[in-house]
Amino acid sequence: MPDPTQPGDEYAPQPTDSGISPVPGHVMPEVTPGRTEDRSYSQGQLVRRRFFRHVGAMVSLAVLLLVVLVSFTSIGFGPVPGWWDKDFARAADLVDGGRPTLQLFPFALGEHPFGQDNAGKDYFALVMRGTQISLTIAFVVGIVSTALGTLVGALAGYYRGWVESVLMRLTDLFIVIPLLVLAAVLGRIAGGGGPVMLALVLGLVTWTGLARLVRGEVLSLRERDFVTAARAGGTGAVRTVVKHILPNAVGVIIVSGTLAIASAILLETALSFLGFGVQPPDVSLGSLISTYQSAFTTRPWLFWWPGLVILTIALSVNFVGDGLRDAFDPRQNRSKS
Amino acid sequence: MATTTSTARGDAPTKGEGPVLSFEDLHVRFSTQFGEVHAVKGITFDVHPGEVVALVGESGSGKSVTSMTALGLLPANARVSGDIRVGGTSLGGLDDRGLRRVRGRDVAMVFQEPMTALNPVLTIGLQLTEALELHGIAYGTDASARAVELLRMVGIPEPERRARQYPHELSGGQRQRVVIAMAISCEPRVIIADEPTTALDVTVQAEILDLLRSLKDTLRTGILLITHNMGVVADMADRVAVMLRGDLVETGTVEEVLVRPVHEYTRRLLGSVPHLGAREDAQVAAVDPAEGAERRAGARTGTPALDLSGLVIEYQRLGRPPFRAVDDVSLTVGESEIVGLVGESGSGKSTIGRCALGLIPAASGSVNIFGQDVGRIGRRDLKELRRRIGVVFQDPAASLNPRMPVGDCVAEPLVVHKVLRSGKDRLEKVHEMLDAVELPRSTANRYPHELSGGQRQRVSIARALILDPELLVADEPTSALDVSVQASVLALLTDLQARYGFACLFVSHDLAVVDLLAHRVVVLRGGRVVEAGLREDVLHRPQEEYTRRLLAAAPVPEPHEQRRRREARHAFLAELGEEASVLRDVRGVSGRD
Repeated sequence: MPDPTQPGDEYAPQPTDSGISPVPGHVMPEVTPGRTEDRSYSQGQLVRRRFFRHVGAMVSLAVLLLVVLVSFTSIGFGPVPGWWDKDFARAADLVDGGRPTLQLFPFALGEHPFGQDNAGKDYFALVMRGTQISLTIAFVVGIVSTALGTLVGALAGYYRGWVESVLMRLTDLFIVIPLLVLAAVLGRIAGGGGPVMLALVLGLVTWTGLARLVRGEVLSLRERDFVTAARAGGTGAVRTVVKHILPNAVGVIIVSGTLAIASAILLETALSFLGFGVQPPDVSLGSLISTYQSAFTTRPWLFWWPGLVILTIALSVNFVGDGLRDAFDPRQNRSKS
Repeated sequence: MATTTSTARGDAPTKGEGPVLSFEDLHVRFSTQFGEVHAVKGITFDVHPGEVVALVGESGSGKSVTSMTALGLLPANARVSGDIRVGGTSLGGLDDRGLRRVRGRDVAMVFQEPMTALNPVLTIGLQLTEALELHGIAYGTDASARAVELLRMVGIPEPERRARQYPHELSGGQRQRVVIAMAISCEPRVIIADEPTTALDVTVQAEILDLLRSLKDTLRTGILLITHNMGVVADMADRVAVMLRGDLVETGTVEEVLVRPVHEYTRRLLGSVPHLGAREDAQVAAVDPAEGAERRAGARTGTPALDLSGLVIEYQRLGRPPFRAVDDVSLTVGESEIVGLVGESGSGKSTIGRCALGLIPAASGSVNIFGQDVGRIGRRDLKELRRRIGVVFQDPAASLNPRMPVGDCVAEPLVVHKVLRSGKDRLEKVHEMLDAVELPRSTANRYPHELSGGQRQRVSIARALILDPELLVADEPTSALDVSVQASVLALLTDLQARYGFACLFVSHDLAVVDLLAHRVVVLRGGRVVEAGLREDVLHRPQEEYTRRLLAAAPVPEPHEQRRRREARHAFLAELGEEASVLRDVRGVSGRD
């Protein structure tokens, strides 16, 4: 018999998603027919809209673009000259013991805003050069590993059977070898080929995580009715994957691609710090820190500037990835459909 | 009343009480990314003890939202105003703790999908005793004994053994019985049943409805029944409330609403319900097969569009013998003929449909499409064959690529089979198809998520028919749609079939729908053909016991006729020697309270 003094607790099962789903994606066509009459929102537009409203991501994107812009315009790139007149390889006389001349109030760059190293090289030019190299490596790694991971994942997920077994065991093989060791050995071999070569090699060893994610996505997408409908209509495998499956996995791909860029920056930094990355006389942010680590107590700015730039890039890329993930997250706006 | 002690609610004195659940001027608003959605717009109605009030309406009408307010289970972005009273207590003034006390003990819920409403890692018995212990009704062995008793009440055989089993070991109907047992475990004043039989087969549905009916009679519980199925309403309800876009457009007794509807919407809703046996043999809506074949450009060839013989389909299972989903099925779909493939879930009907599309290989037997054996031809020939087959799936939301505009979706077969190479010709063809399925041409630029369910299914049909196929495989094309939308989609299919004269394999669980458009009907059960023949013979003069059982269980949206059918069904079951076990069991324990 029910006892009224006994506090009742929740036992009733929670409503499922389908029970009540006042999700705008569901209701929108019903409640605002006038609005959808001439205006059509594609999924991409909805994603963009959500992304542009993500304050953190937008700020980070602006910061990232600023870093890219400054690093490439200041000292120039390749044959293109920049607006900063000092060369990163040429030593000059020490000004104020090599201390940074940057002033905030009143704002003034001075002769050497980031200071000079012990040989008198302009540290601003060096850091900008390092940023260029690190960014190049990061984006090349991001693109290569994303492309490779998507390809491997899509093939394994779509074809199943022996294709999947071979590709996934290969992935496992790459995963069980410590990434840093693999990258160090391969990086040493390819180190002579310059930073782009190094980036390609790094891309070849960092695709594994994405391959697993994409495979999982494809495995679930290939069982969806619209894929079955396409196959029943005679659509070939390539078209099915490219037109029907991958566009629906684009969220996962873009988000992990972004995060791969952030981790590539850190991987390159670690490698260069250990001496396996970018080889002198060229510099990267990691190699700058490594080169000047012994000067930390006497000339701390030689550590702080590249460290700050690494932190800025890695953080802002991560935030952009976060914003993208939020924008692609179907739970934000769609029902279970 | 509010925090009443153990009133045995089966007692006679409670009869004279006021409503157990009442809504007064209820408004629910949701704030969303796209502005505010006013989901329920000031509705007022009561549920009395021992009474079934059916809340009917189409998807998006706000009927589920209304019922959720009675449990205080709406998401955080909802704002509720108005008065909701459960047995005299207003829910508005209750905090979380008060609400929890109401849930389960005063108001219980029966969900649509019994598999997801039960926790798969706990035994049935444990889930039942949990509710009892939480509400302090019984503890320990008492609770276990009560759980077994509850299972017996809802007509589950061998309740002691079942209580130790897990949800996946039970059939769908038994699971729903368990959910009902949980709902009645605390003797609630009112049970909210949200589409309690929608996920169930028609014969199981009839049993569950019998169970609910006898339970409310013995326990004198009020039931708020939410459903879109007018047959279920006719079978169960005392009073009916019709909802349309958040408004209550009509209320009244079941006779008033279903037999003499006043509001135009109610009439339209009832008019769209497919009625088994309503189609006279004279007014055959679909085109006569022979005539349809004449209309095709090519002359008749005499080869059937689809010919299955001795078909066996098996699913491989790891470490266990393969599961035989389809066992020795032979059927033929002639040119321009619609063949209805009916059966309950697990009968293998969808599997056969997929096999006919060449998506699942046959373990043995042959699948001949236009005279070619699908299993023996090469990839190129198969692709060529697929050009002549269209397909429409059940869930239009899932069968359209969410990232493709509708125009591209419809044009996809043209691209794949390299028909009409210029973009302009293709667009013209797409427009022609959109016209044919009665969608505005501007739809071509829309994305599937911007369309309603019915519109999406029209897009699927347009895609299926754009290559002017000779065979259409339709796998439950209307079962995910609202009844009025279903009616228009079926009318469209019939019309298009008459115009284009394609053959059609129409897979459905709904006998009334099949009755509406098929020429011939094949009844499946457990992967085997039970009965096959002309529609009139199979559906109106069935020979097999199973077919008769299916037909008897399908409810019709007319209360008097439904009562007659129900009694006829009970008589039929009795004749088969299966006394309606539910009724006996419930009556057996009804004297307890």
